[in-house]
Amino acid sequence: MNFEEHAAKPLLLGAGIAVPPGELVASAEAAGDVARRLGPVVVKAQVPAGKRGKAGGIRPAASPSEARLAAGEILGMRIAGHVVERVLVEGQCRIAHEYYAAVLNDPATKGPLVLFSAQGGMDVEALAADAPDALHRAAVDIRVGFDEAMGRDLLRDVAQASSRDELTALLSRLYTVYRENDAELLEVNPLALTQEGTLVALDCKLVVDDSALTRRPALAELGVPDALTELEARAKAAGLKYIELDGDVGVLANGAGLTMTTMDVVQHHGGRPANFMEIGGDAYTLAKPALELVLANPRVKSLVVNFCGAFARTDVMVEGVIGALRELKPTTPVFFSVHGTGEAEAVAALRSSLGIEPFDTMDEAVVAAINAARRGP
Amino acid sequence: MIGRAPDRVLVQGITGRQGSFWTERMQAYGTRVVAGVNPKKAGTEHCGVPVCASAHEAMKTVGFDWSVLFIPPLATRDAALDAIEAGARGLVILTEHIPVQDVMYVLAAAKAGGTRVVGPNTAGLVTPGECFLGFMPAFNHSIFRPGRIGVISRSGSLGTLICLNLVQAGFGESAFIGIGGDPILGTTTRDALEALDREKSTDAVVIVGEIGGAMEEEAAEYAAGMGKPVVAFIAGGASPPGKRMGHAGAIVMGGKGSYASKRAALEKAGTRVIDTPSDVGAAVRDALAG
Repeated sequence: MNFEEHAAKPLLLGAGIAVPPGELVASAEAAGDVARRLGPVVVKAQVPAGKRGKAGGIRPAASPSEARLAAGEILGMRIAGHVVERVLVEGQCRIAHEYYAAVLNDPATKGPLVLFSAQGGMDVEALAADAPDALHRAAVDIRVGFDEAMGRDLLRDVAQASSRDELTALLSRLYTVYRENDAELLEVNPLALTQEGTLVALDCKLVVDDSALTRRPALAELGVPDALTELEARAKAAGLKYIELDGDVGVLANGAGLTMTTMDVVQHHGGRPANFMEIGGDAYTLAKPALELVLANPRVKSLVVNFCGAFARTDVMVEGVIGALRELKPTTPVFFSVHGTGEAEAVAALRSSLGIEPFDTMDEAVVAAINAARRGP
Repeated sequence: MIGRAPDRVLVQGITGRQGSFWTERMQAYGTRVVAGVNPKKAGTEHCGVPVCASAHEAMKTVGFDWSVLFIPPLATRDAALDAIEAGARGLVILTEHIPVQDVMYVLAAAKAGGTRVVGPNTAGLVTPGECFLGFMPAFNHSIFRPGRIGVISRSGSLGTLICLNLVQAGFGESAFIGIGGDPILGTTTRDALEALDREKSTDAVVIVGEIGGAMEEEAAEYAAGMGKPVVAFIAGGASPPGKRMGHAGAIVMGGKGSYASKRAALEKAGTRVIDTPSDVGAAVRDALAG
């Protein structure tokens, strides 16, 4: 789950990392009011996407009238597909230097990785490409945590010796925020050293592990929910993983790998998949609501049902599909490929209940579905 | 990471619905299940084996090599640590949706303790004719038969389909290694590939990968120097970028983890990459013929 800057910064503040004073507002007038109180400000678009500055979504304003003007222009902008509905109006800092700091889950070391660069402000991919030697990494044993020796190593390029202790403390706090919120990524960029000699997190990017949200319900309330279509939202509420695509061959399969593959095979044979719909794992009894949702997409002209049972039993899934087909009586033609656990019972049920013979291979079922979609109703 | 018939197996979460169902099937297949764990039912018997309060107790009283975990996501970390500290040789973690920081904690402890972890979010391991650990349909002879092809898969359902196609083409499997669909795994594609390369009963390896992460690219580096042929299928070529395709690990982010990158790396390493699982039998036959 992604967190916008205004939702992430209070977590830093709570751990003792300074952030600029600011307020979240939804109108140009309110932005002007904040600037009247804070003096010179920065007006920042709040969307769950990076590169807001390049898109024109971050602007300094020296006066309340400038802040009003900037907010008026930023509100309603579209950045990376998101319409800006709110801006964060923050007091400006007098910046002496900009650093980069982050903590993330690293598949290579299978643990937390703390990143630091004395050259902050730019985007980290560009930094890694342009100045790889300037980006330092520390792999953390999550059982032990971040320690001072790691801090010293990460901070070896920092010219201002006076700020090293504070930076070490800040990295340690950042690591705590990462751990206590089950972050996948927590990034502060830029991390400013002000002319007054204090460290201030000017921006913050936070992505929290979706699997951890069940144990952090209060945190889940603060994040940005995924942008879902109406059908996707209904599927999510029913506990199903469904992604709407723009093709016309509906897909219902069990397991993420097999579902992706069914889409791939549709594409391989010249068709276009209409969706991802997975009913594997614990959802294998949900064949009926899954089928209803796939068929509710008006673009779907035919449907391929591809089950290969391992944990999921194909007889249970097929039973659900048969029930749904009897109830919905769709005109959409359905093509089956069924293998694995429960196969014999599943095939027998399809024959006796629907008079349908499943195809021997997934490819045959897919090709039949593509041809049916081309023929139309 | 290949289960063998004499290996003693503990089932943590044995009394649950899935734990019971799959323990019975493992036993029927020949897996040597020696004990189970459920602290609330310690001292009783379930599926014909003693139920212990902890993996520690199971190690002390009966001893075990592998533990298979049928444990809910938020309880898995502590259960896995129990088994690691008890001295398990290997763990098969089936659970999906374990918080990633918990997984990292378990893997750090496992590394320190010398325990092999397979998973999380895997359907498990099958050694046809010997044993299986997890929830794979090992007992279905149209899917698993003793043979000489090693299969590595991030997905249970797709791995099952690949095995079915291999058997239909007249092959059998020396081992099926389900590595799991999570972004951070105890056993990577490359780890499994190295194990199957060392395995004398394996003539060729099929890698069943998917979009997301860099495991297929890492495996390709190793495959380039292998004597045994490798065939691969990568799922997710038709999936849109930026979306998590069911598995937590199956997501293309900022151009990383793409189908094109994986396919190119594998092909550069001399691996045959097939377009549909139905082609796996023919591709393995061609590869073995040189």
